[in-house]
Amino acid sequence: METVLTRAGIWLVVFTLAIAAIALAADGAYAIHMGIVAAAALIALAATVTRADYSAAANSILRAPADPSRYDDDPVRWGVIATVFWGMAGFAAGLFIAAQLAWPVLNMEPYLNFGRLRPLHTSAVIFAFGGNALIATSFYIVQRTCRARLALPGLARFVFWGYQMFIVLAATGYLLGATQGKEYAEPEWYIDWWLTIVWVAYLAVFVGTILKRKEPHIYVANWFFLAFILTVAMLHVVNNLDMPVSLFGSRSYPVFAGVQGALVQWWYGHNAVGFFLTAGFLAMMYYFVPKQAERPIYSYRLSIIHFWSLIFLYIWAGPHHLHYTALPDWAQTLGMVFSVMLWMPSWGGMINGLMTLNGAWDKVRTDPIIRMMVMSLAFYGMSTFEGPMMSIKSVNSLSHYTDWTIGHVHSGALGWNGMITFSAIYFLVPRLWNRERLYSLRMVNWHFWLATAGIVFYAASMWVAGITQGLMWREYGADGYLVNSFAETVAALHPMYILRAFGGLLYLAGGVLLVVNVWATILGKLRQEKPMNDAAYDAEADRPYVPAPALSAAN
Amino acid sequence: MAEKRLDEATNTETVGHEWDGIEELNTPLPRWWLWTFYATIVFAVGYVIAYPAWPMISQGTEGVLGWTSRGELAREMDAARKQRSEVVAALARTPIERLDPESPLMRAAISGGAAAFRVNCVQCHGAGAAGSKGYPNLNDDDWLWGGDIKAIEYTLVHGIRQPDGEETRFSQMPAFGRDGILSGAEISDVTSFVRSLSGLEPTSAASQRGSALFEANCAVCHGSDGTGLREFGAPNLADAIWLYGSSRDDVTATITNSRYGMMPAWGERLDPVTVKMLAAYVHSLGGGEDFIEIAEDPEVEVDEAP
Repeated sequence: METVLTRAGIWLVVFTLAIAAIALAADGAYAIHMGIVAAAALIALAATVTRADYSAAANSILRAPADPSRYDDDPVRWGVIATVFWGMAGFAAGLFIAAQLAWPVLNMEPYLNFGRLRPLHTSAVIFAFGGNALIATSFYIVQRTCRARLALPGLARFVFWGYQMFIVLAATGYLLGATQGKEYAEPEWYIDWWLTIVWVAYLAVFVGTILKRKEPHIYVANWFFLAFILTVAMLHVVNNLDMPVSLFGSRSYPVFAGVQGALVQWWYGHNAVGFFLTAGFLAMMYYFVPKQAERPIYSYRLSIIHFWSLIFLYIWAGPHHLHYTALPDWAQTLGMVFSVMLWMPSWGGMINGLMTLNGAWDKVRTDPIIRMMVMSLAFYGMSTFEGPMMSIKSVNSLSHYTDWTIGHVHSGALGWNGMITFSAIYFLVPRLWNRERLYSLRMVNWHFWLATAGIVFYAASMWVAGITQGLMWREYGADGYLVNSFAETVAALHPMYILRAFGGLLYLAGGVLLVVNVWATILGKLRQEKPMNDAAYDAEADRPYVPAPALSAAN
Repeated sequence: MAEKRLDEATNTETVGHEWDGIEELNTPLPRWWLWTFYATIVFAVGYVIAYPAWPMISQGTEGVLGWTSRGELAREMDAARKQRSEVVAALARTPIERLDPESPLMRAAISGGAAAFRVNCVQCHGAGAAGSKGYPNLNDDDWLWGGDIKAIEYTLVHGIRQPDGEETRFSQMPAFGRDGILSGAEISDVTSFVRSLSGLEPTSAASQRGSALFEANCAVCHGSDGTGLREFGAPNLADAIWLYGSSRDDVTATITNSRYGMMPAWGERLDPVTVKMLAAYVHSLGGGEDFIEIAEDPEVEVDEAP
């Protein structure tokens, strides 16, 4: 009862502070954000007070399940649902802004113009969809590969809800125009501070669980998760060193200015790709691919070498985003050569994933989830070849600032991150909700083909658009003068923009199948259909290690 | 913890670890992977020796090739300049009105002007120079300030209504409504008259009343017949071309508040040859007028040769 009183008291203080901040707010965005904080504190207050009365019913929301012989999977279940929800929001936003580029009349001022919706899309897919997928799968994987339940279960729940709070504040901030204007780091200072708190809690839960592991070794997936969590913490803090204009306003100014600011920003931006979208998702790959294929990892040695070379080289590659700018030549050179050296370390993950199928390649024909994983690894390999290639200065002088970059990012994001996340979700949902199998494996197959076709349309149209654009910008006539005006290059790209939006539509349609399938599986429905292959699941083996003395005492 | 065992499918030994059923094979690094990795490292080492790379105390290493991105840009710009230098020199010494319309020099000037137009002018006049509301169409033969090549060059050099320009094209129509010169009803009558000039409205009592008001207030610049006067940049009101729109609302707004279109003085921003090229390009678009030279002293013969 005392802890309930303490917690209720804390939420009440947060609520009061938020209300005071609304009253003192210097701008509308800040006031609305503090309103959201106040509402969240109120909900938490209500939940705390209610729990005192219905402690058993609300047990699962605020505390780990009592049975020590089960893994603590509630945050994972919420995370899977959040991943699907934010994924759909992000895909829909992406389709809408793709349509805005093809048909500018769709820009609705001021809240729904391209400038505000674009960061909404990128943050929704990277941080909301990808981030929730990473948090949920890391909580799932770290428990199983350590054979231990989550350390600090209360903190794990705070991580989930705190992260959702970050997403809501960031997203509403973009629409309200509260932004730092730094790509992939748009949220303003107070949201950055909040995310820092949540992220440190995440690190504590993850490291705590590893420390209480019952396995002698730490599995490779956990190395990658740990690299991801630690490095993102460092990147986030350094890139968001800002001075708020006022404690009651949303504006702030960065500590680093000019070319230093740009370098810090792209050191952050590129490693958001490297550690969020590569290392974190490789961790997912290292668990779900061998589980679904029911095969050993191809090479332990390769996993060690490519892990260390990847994380050592990635952190230096950021300056390739600033080729041919005010950044000194020496920094550009280093950004380029580190990116070129990154090629093989990146491919190490692809090799280890694909070759794990040695002895089980027939499953590509029969198991749609494996097929999705293989396609995901193929896109991973393709975009991690394309990346080093585009970092070479002479290639970059053509590709930079063009839609080629957008195509490159999306073949990685839709192909690699999207497909590996979908397959992980399909793996997890029946196990987490204790269902016999997915509602429909044939729907997974349809999702696979829709997503693949969508990516092909997207990437191919953006390659054509990007190279067209780059060639038109640099085109000089025989008389030594520029041939095209900027507006003429935009007009030339119009058909490609429509094709891109069509690809996005296909990808979103695949997402709809995901929603239906996950929803129906959670409800416990089984679609009557000709069976397709799936990996076996042994519920008895899916348990944490319980020390023997406890068992003998029970006897 | 599992024992090391031989995996049947691949005939490879496992490492002997096991997590949640996942084992690992002890496959050596693929040779092609390792050698490609080494090759990228060798490339990187060579590249950082050849090019600027390592940060030292006051500046980075310069690389044995002595390459800099600024140097490369300067070289490319020099090469482009050299390619254009003959044309530029010829244009620099030729007064624009002496350019032979059929000459290769004129053709070079027009294509150079087209390129400069794409960079400097399309933002207002549009990629096809067709303009839009408030920004004149340069393809037609309706010229506010004159359409021969020298007049165009003058407009470009000095701009239109530039606050600090002594020689800028300048005029200012009174804001008849805002400044209380004409009443609302009078403006309505003038609007009827102005629109009747080009047949947008039939002649009416209102337009006849407006005619008298026009004569008293507007004809000094626009002429009694409304065909305009280039000296003041006063547009022709009797044709079908309307810079600010021909609807009653648009014309009423123009008379009430007047307009004050501006263009930068490109002579302050671009070199004289580029301005000449722009003039040649705009003149070539379709509506360019012939330049008729009038010697200041008609007794003195004009030099024919450039």
